[in-house]
Amino acid sequence: MIGRRVIGLLAIAALVSGAGLHAQNRGAPPPAPSPRAAAPIDLTGYWVSVVNEDWRFRMVMPAKGDYKGVPITQEALRIVNAWNPTADEAAGNQCKAYGAAAIMRVPGRIHITWQDDTTLKLDTDAGSQSRLFKFSAAAPAPATWQGTSVARWERPGRGNPAAKVGSLAVTTTNMRAGYLRKNGVPYSEDARVTEYFDLSPMPNNGQLIVVTTIVDDPRYLTQPFVVSSQFKKEAEGSKWDPTPCSATW
Amino acid sequence: MGSHTVLRHVVIRRMALVALLLLWGPVTRTVLAQAELSGSWTPRNTEDVSRDSYPVDYLGLPLNTEGRTKALSYNEGQLAMVERQCEGWPAVYFVQGPFGLKIWADTDPVKGGTISWTIGAWEDRAPLIIWMDGRPHPSKYAEHTRGGFTTGRWEGDTLVTETTHMKAGLLRKNGPPMSDQATMTSRFWRHGDILTILAVVDDPIYLAEPHIVTKSFQLSATPMLPVGPPCVTTFEGKRPGDSVPHYVPEKNPFVDELTKLYHLPAAAVLGEVETLYPEYRKKIKATYVPLDTCKTDCGAPPPR
Repeated sequence: MIGRRVIGLLAIAALVSGAGLHAQNRGAPPPAPSPRAAAPIDLTGYWVSVVNEDWRFRMVMPAKGDYKGVPITQEALRIVNAWNPTADEAAGNQCKAYGAAAIMRVPGRIHITWQDDTTLKLDTDAGSQSRLFKFSAAAPAPATWQGTSVARWERPGRGNPAAKVGSLAVTTTNMRAGYLRKNGVPYSEDARVTEYFDLSPMPNNGQLIVVTTIVDDPRYLTQPFVVSSQFKKEAEGSKWDPTPCSATW
Repeated sequence: MGSHTVLRHVVIRRMALVALLLLWGPVTRTVLAQAELSGSWTPRNTEDVSRDSYPVDYLGLPLNTEGRTKALSYNEGQLAMVERQCEGWPAVYFVQGPFGLKIWADTDPVKGGTISWTIGAWEDRAPLIIWMDGRPHPSKYAEHTRGGFTTGRWEGDTLVTETTHMKAGLLRKNGPPMSDQATMTSRFWRHGDILTILAVVDDPIYLAEPHIVTKSFQLSATPMLPVGPPCVTTFEGKRPGDSVPHYVPEKNPFVDELTKLYHLPAAAVLGEVETLYPEYRKKIKATYVPLDTCKTDCGAPPPR
């Protein structure tokens, strides 16, 4: 009796697993889709930052020496106290507060497009910066404000790869030393930026990107600096207003 | 029973186990698509650390005129009244406040499924229970509580929650109001040991547009002790029958405190919605007078 039940159970299992095997054995496996085709979420379009956090550090020029909330080292404090925006401008370093570790906190608009099937491009109108998120290994290059960013899609667990849920994870290194805040709170060229881009629906068919930014800097930070920034989707780019970097505003 | 028969039974049972594992495979994969939220989560208080510190600081809030007027009437002395000492903060304070989160799942003892997630209470905030068992929200006539009523669902590995039935309270500790018609939608994104929570508060009475707040937490290996109710009242100088401490909104003595301290525009301090967007930065560029140097409350001294 037990044997018959087990045989029945095995037969069902064989049917279920056999169907899967049959499907897998139909010819050679298809090539993996490109990162663009495999995107679980669509981040492209124009987005405007919502400055609902750290208003006094982002919307106006904070006072010299105000590093509240940033876990800086003694070495960083010396740079904070020596900050001189006029000297930065004169030295051509007016973009120090627009580097990859800080740019998502700068009030403005971002425009996200696919540069090619393996590179997502993020432009900012504030400071007129461009970030390239490459889904392939990056070639060695000189350090820049935006550094070298390697991207990957994060999908939930072992869920259905066709499901349209997930996040964009970006790791950025190879940056020039810059400022976390406009008033000279520094990050070094040794800093590493990890970012997660998540998407949320909003009322009235709106959409919101939440970017979680984690800055690790063994030189100027005693612990990771973590902030999350929000961007609302805009229907088109009529408010796109590129402006140059400024060290004084 | 002979040894041959025993061996036959063992083989059959093992084959049955293999068959069941094959059948349960898809179910197991579905479960793994969710995220584990249980544990103690330490706040990463590296953003918006000065929120609530000043009596009139509505920076980053999209208040409407009614909300702003009510906020300006608030006097923190109200918390000295015995009947208000244990009011506590509304559900949104789990993201807004400075503390960590202790999260656990309440599971069905037989099937093992998650009935609810609980975000443990603090001394001044009720526990947030997120019902995952498909129960509906109560009738619109049902009682409103400080913590409200919350249901949740998974979208991939993102926990999405809806909170209704909250009592009227405060959006921040310094007075910006939230009505009892407010609702809150939250999303929990776990990326490794970092948990980012988004809360969107929609309030047709006091907000010009939904209020968005996000905060990140880090998984801690050190258990966080629950600090919860009951709150115990005590005499703090206010007797029954005393007047409720408040300000006439137009005469709030702290209305220009931040403007004097940090040169911040009054419209921003008072939570005008236009001040949340980049255009406002351009608007004030010509008139803003920056501070020279920070003299007080400039940041924690770095370790030596």
